[in-house]
Formats: sequence, structure tokens, C-alpha cells
Amino acid sequence: MVRPSVWTVLMPKWRSVLSRLREEQTGSSARALLLGLVALGFWAAAFGIAYRVLRYFRGVEDIGNLMAGKVLGIILLAFLSILLLSNIITALSTFFLAKDLDLLVAAPISRSRFYVAKLGETVVHSSWMVGLLALPIFTAYGIVYQGGLLFPLVALAAFIPYLILPAVAGITITQVLVNIFPARRTRELLGLIATGAAVLVLVMLRFLQPEQLARPEGFKNLVDYLAVLRAPTSPLLPSEWTAAIIMNWLLRVADPWPVAKLWVTAALAVFLGALLHRRLYHPGFSKAQEGAERKIRRPMRGPVAGLLSSVSASKREFILKDLRLFFRDNTQWTQLILLAVLLLVYLFNIKSLPLHSGERVPFRLITMVSFLNLGLTGFVLAAVAVRFIFPGISLEGRQMWLLRSSPLDASAMLWSKYWIGTMPLLLLALIITIFTNWLLHATAFMMAVAVGTIVLYTLAASALALCFGALYPRFDTENAAQIPTSFGGLVYMMGSLSLLAAIIMVEASPVMTYLRMDRYGGRLGQVIPELVVSGVLVAGICIVATLVPLRLALRSIESMEW
Amino acid sequence: MIRLIQLTKRYGKFTAVDNIDLVIPTGELFGFLGPNGAGKTTTFRMIAGILRPTSGTVEIGGVDVLYRPLEAKARLGFIPDRPFVYDKLTGGEFLRFAAALYGQQGPSVEHRIDELLELFELSRWKDELTESYSHGMRQKLIISGALVHKPEVIVVDEPMVGLDPKSARLLKDLFRQFVDRGGTVLMSTHTLEVAETMCDRIAIIHGGRIVANGTMAEVQEQTSSEDLGLEDLFLKLTGGMRDHQLDTILDA
Repeated sequence: MVRPSVWTVLMPKWRSVLSRLREEQTGSSARALLLGLVALGFWAAAFGIAYRVLRYFRGVEDIGNLMAGKVLGIILLAFLSILLLSNIITALSTFFLAKDLDLLVAAPISRSRFYVAKLGETVVHSSWMVGLLALPIFTAYGIVYQGGLLFPLVALAAFIPYLILPAVAGITITQVLVNIFPARRTRELLGLIATGAAVLVLVMLRFLQPEQLARPEGFKNLVDYLAVLRAPTSPLLPSEWTAAIIMNWLLRVADPWPVAKLWVTAALAVFLGALLHRRLYHPGFSKAQEGAERKIRRPMRGPVAGLLSSVSASKREFILKDLRLFFRDNTQWTQLILLAVLLLVYLFNIKSLPLHSGERVPFRLITMVSFLNLGLTGFVLAAVAVRFIFPGISLEGRQMWLLRSSPLDASAMLWSKYWIGTMPLLLLALIITIFTNWLLHATAFMMAVAVGTIVLYTLAASALALCFGALYPRFDTENAAQIPTSFGGLVYMMGSLSLLAAIIMVEASPVMTYLRMDRYGGRLGQVIPELVVSGVLVAGICIVATLVPLRLALRSIESMEW
Repeated sequence: MIRLIQLTKRYGKFTAVDNIDLVIPTGELFGFLGPNGAGKTTTFRMIAGILRPTSGTVEIGGVDVLYRPLEAKARLGFIPDRPFVYDKLTGGEFLRFAAALYGQQGPSVEHRIDELLELFELSRWKDELTESYSHGMRQKLIISGALVHKPEVIVVDEPMVGLDPKSARLLKDLFRQFVDRGGTVLMSTHTLEVAETMCDRIAIIHGGRIVANGTMAEVQEQTSSEDLGLEDLFLKLTGGMRDHQLDTILDA
């Protein structure tokens, strides 16, 4: 009997991807155009920033190339931590919860082929987004350092084993956990572990203090600084080897050692991973079919229901239902811990800025930092929205039959989802903005601009999250944690960050002019026309970016079919 | 009453439901039969307002589902073929939520929830998360959910799948008494004995079209098959597998 090959196992997934792409192609051309524009804009911006930074490095003698290598190492290290977390979450779905597993496990497929097929699936699922983000950065390196025509192949050869290693590690961790805990509990436990690991990475990155590299005056002498630049950030991690392969090619250094380390380690990891899989998978898969949670929960009716007493019964129960599902699913609420740490690290960073430490800092720099703070706050809010608001529609999933066959108005459902997500986001936005501007000693005017802008942006970012969540729903997902990292999540991030960039661009120049006049001309409180125009324009952009997406989301929900 | 007028649903070039006309009057239990992929579930989902028809009209109690969806849906209790419920809600919370979707709340709803859970022997599971429920328990929970707001019309897709014999019998009695009290039930089933014994009238759908419609006697007459039982009649209309085909497969 001929045993099924790796390709036979992967074929249904490949066919599904092709048919999904075909569906996308036959879909709305306006949506495809919008998607293309957003993606192009985002990639152009990422490439532009990387290109400018690398051009600057290239112009700095002696240390420029070292800086470029160091930055690449840090970027790849950050990607590696994202990949590890993503692989842990994805492996639980691909190896233990996917719908095709009953069929595959019952079929006479050799364990090693099954492992390789599922490893491939896990790598693609968990890494495609990192691949898309890395593309403009690698392109900038290749162009600035004139990598030549073979550079894409070199980059690919360095990137593939770099992706395989965290996948093998993630799968192994998941398999060990599933053998200890039943899979349903593991899914929740993984939420905690992933959150804990992410917290650790964030704190680690914080204590690496990459900002020191930009302040050579902080070191005792140049030799110390060069020593830090030359020393690998993490010599035992594949991110360092990948960065070394790329930089060696770009700087024409002949050193086969990083290539050998990366490929041999990847091959060895797959081999050992397959051996471990033979021992761990079947007992784990069997356990994964057991043990649903039965614990009786607190009903969550008292004070929360009291607060919603003025709302209609259907809306109130809808909101209560969403709150219960959120707080009873450990994969969801644990992300709040991550958010809290992210916030603390951010506030700590702002506090560490040497803007008011006694040295005279140019006025322009302080204003730039204020705008940068606005941008970063917006980024944090978009990241929170993609985690908590974007999945809202997808999470209704297979239960949508109940909502659609009931007399619940689609707009009532949309508004409930919008406000239940927007209110906490708005509160968070105000806390971050007011606190950071206070830390930055921002003027009352700058504080007002920041608060006004962030409120308008938050309303729009929430609406965009719901809109993209409705346009790109993932009803079939086995793991809620994967929804934000889906294609729609990426498009949402691109869209909301493009909106943020547009707002800051419109505001920056008139606000700078006003602040300069305020500071040097003594015309405090005077209204200048371009400031009013920019304010109206920002308000207009945000209102449109709130109402149009909500309308599109409503239309999408109304036209959804199951 | 349910009325379908020239109801059609196309997916690209494929026609799943082709120009169906059907009237199910008040106080009738109507069986909708057909082989897999014949268009039963698509028809039911259009009646429930989940799928939008390509053309044609669906009316529930004289109200158009497409143009006055909220009014029409308020009269309906829909039981789908697959019992998907929110895993992280308890049975009691799910029923409370289902009632609230129809604007119902308060002590009367709580009382009705308790009654329904008692009827389907789910009372001791009321405060447990539905992720621990078996398939049959989930099925009974969504049936309770469809009844909690006291609908005029019930549309039920494959109700007996996953139910134990006692619950299946309970459901048959429940539907019979529901129509005896003036309700309307439209039910699809592959269990032809159930259709034959329970339903006042039946329709057989094949390839998206209704190929027979009426009481058992009327259907026999329409198809000139007075001597055939429902199973043989069904196979005659929808095409059963021939003996030589079975031989080919089993001998291969």
C-alpha cells in the first residue's frame, strides 16, 4: 500500500487557499482597490522609513554598518518573539483542534509525514504576517547596501530556517502542554503562558535599552560604544545568525559559519521535533478530546445589569452576553495583562526621556516628541482595537443563526458592539494621553490638541476595527486568539495607522506654527486661520472615518449569509 | 402561516432552490423531505431570514421577511440542523439571551425557562456552561430557545438528529400539540417513518424543485404510485442507488 505523501495531507489546505483567493478576485473591485491602496501605502511608508534610516547609517563612517547590523538583529529578535508566541497558539489549532484531524489521525499516514505537513501548515499560518512586515525592511537593506540580483535569494535562504525554528519550538511546547492538561484547558492555559512570555519579552526589550545606541554620549568612551555595537545582542538565537548572513552578504564578508549554524540547527530541530512528535502526539491528541469545563460561573448580573437598566432587554442581554464571553474565556481576558504591561513600559519610556533633565532641549524637539507621543498612543489604541474590537463579529461565528433568525436589528447589534468596545478604549486613550502629556510637561494648548485628536481618532479606530472585522470575518476559526492576526487584522492595522498618519500630517504644521508664535511672538490665545482649518479637517476626516466604516459594517452584516 | 412565492436561490451558476411555491396554513405540521443537497436547508434559512433569496417572497403570518424582517421574525422559532450555541454561557443564560432577542424579560420568562428545562430534563444543567453539554443536550437547548418566546410558527431542520428515543418522542408530542393549539410547524427530516406518521402534509424537494406536494394520498396519486409507501415513493422521485451499482462498489 502506498502511504499518503506530505503533499496529500497539505493538498486540501492549498486548494482552500486557492478557492478563497478566487472568491476574493470575484468579489468587489472597490474593496480590492481599497485593500491594494492601503497595503501599498503601508509598505511604501515602512520602506521609506527603513530606507532613510539605512541611508543615514551608510553615511556614518566606522559605526554606520555596525548600527545597521545591530538594528537588523534587534528587529529580527522582536520578530522571533512574536513568531514563538504565534506558533504556540497556531500549533494548538493545527495539531489538536482543527476540523480535519479526525480524518487525518484515522488515516494510515506515517507520523513523520504528518508532522512535516502540519509543521509546514503551522509555519505558513503563524509567519505570513511577519514575512509581509519583513519584506519592505529587507528590500531597503538590499537597495541601500546594493545587495545585487541574488540578494532576494540570500534573504530567503536566511529567512526560511529562521521561520522554521520558532515553529518547531512552539509545536513542541504545545505538545508537552497538551500532554499535561486537556486541550480545552490548555487553550486557556496557553493564553496565560503566551501573555506571560510576551510580558517577559517586553520587559526584556525595555531593559536592553535600544535607545542607548542612539545616544553615544551616554557611554564612557567610543571604545565602549563600539564594543556594544560589535557584540551580538543574542548570540545563541537564530535572529542573530540570520542578521549575520544578510549583513555578511551586503558587506561582502565571506563567513560560512552563520549559514552552517542556522541550517544545521533548523534541520536538527525538525528531526528532533519529529522524534518527540512520535512519542507525544497520540497521547496528547487523545487527551485533547476530553475535559470540557463545567464549573458553574458567577452570573454577572447584579451591578453590570443595573448599569444597563435603561437599555432595552435585547441590547442589555446582548452586552451582558459579550461581557460574559469575554471574561470567561481566558484566551481573551488575559490579553488585558499584556496591555497593562505594554502601557507601563510605554509610560516608563516617556518618563525616561531626557527632555526635562536640566539640559536645554530645542523647542522643535519637544513639539516633535509630543506628536510622536500622539502617534504612538494612536498605535497602541489600534493594537488594542485589533485585539478586542476587531474579533467581535467573528466571535459570533456559528451562533449567528440565532441573531439573524431573531428580530434583533443588525444596527442594534452593531451599536452594542461598537460602544462596548469604544468606551473602555476611550478611557484608555484619555488616561494615556493626559498622563503622558503631563509627564512631557506639555502646554495646555498641546494637551487640548492631543486630547481632542485622540478622542476623535479613537471613535474612528473603533469603527474601522468593527468594519474590517465585518468585511473579513473568520467564523471558521478554532482559536479566537488567531482572529487578530488574520489577513483582515493586518489590513485593519494598515488602515488605522494610515488614518493616524494623515491626522498627524494635517495637524503638525499649523500646531507648530501656533506654538512658535505662542512662545516667541507672545500672541497667546490668538486664533490663526490655518489652525482652525486643520482642526476642522481632522474632525471631518475622523467623522467620515467613523460613520462610513460603521455603515459599511452594517451593510456587510446585513448581507452576510450562512 | 408560511407562504413561499416563486422562491429562488442561486449561488453563482448553481441553483440551490428553484422557483418554489408553497403554502403551509395555520394549524398544520408540514414535512419537507428530500435527499442531501436538495435545497431543504437553504429554503429553511431563507424562511428564517438568514439567507437572502435571489428572487421570490417569503411570508410568515402574512408578513414579508425581506421587507418587514423584524415583524416577521418575531413570529418565528427557528431550529437549525446544527446546534451551535455560545460555549461560555450556561444553559439558563442562553435561554435568557434567546428570550431577550425577542424583547422578552422578567419573571414570566424565568418561569418559562425553568419549565422548558424541566420538560427537556436539563434543569440540573441549567447553571453549567454549554461547552460541557453533549450534542443531544445542545439540540434540546436550542429547541427550548426556539420555544421560549412562544412563536406562532416553528421551522425546524432535522430535529431528531442526536436525540435519544425518549426525547424524540417528547418532541413529536410537543409539535403535535403545538399545531393542535393553532401553531404551524415546517419540519425537514430524513426519517421517513416520522414524516409519514407525524405530518399532515409533505413536500418532496429534489434538485431545488418541489416534485411532489400534498397529503400522503395526494402525493401517491400525483405520482401514480398508489401502492407505494413513503420510502419507495421517495426513492422513485429522487432516484435511489441501483443494485448493480452496489455490486460494483462492494465487489471492487
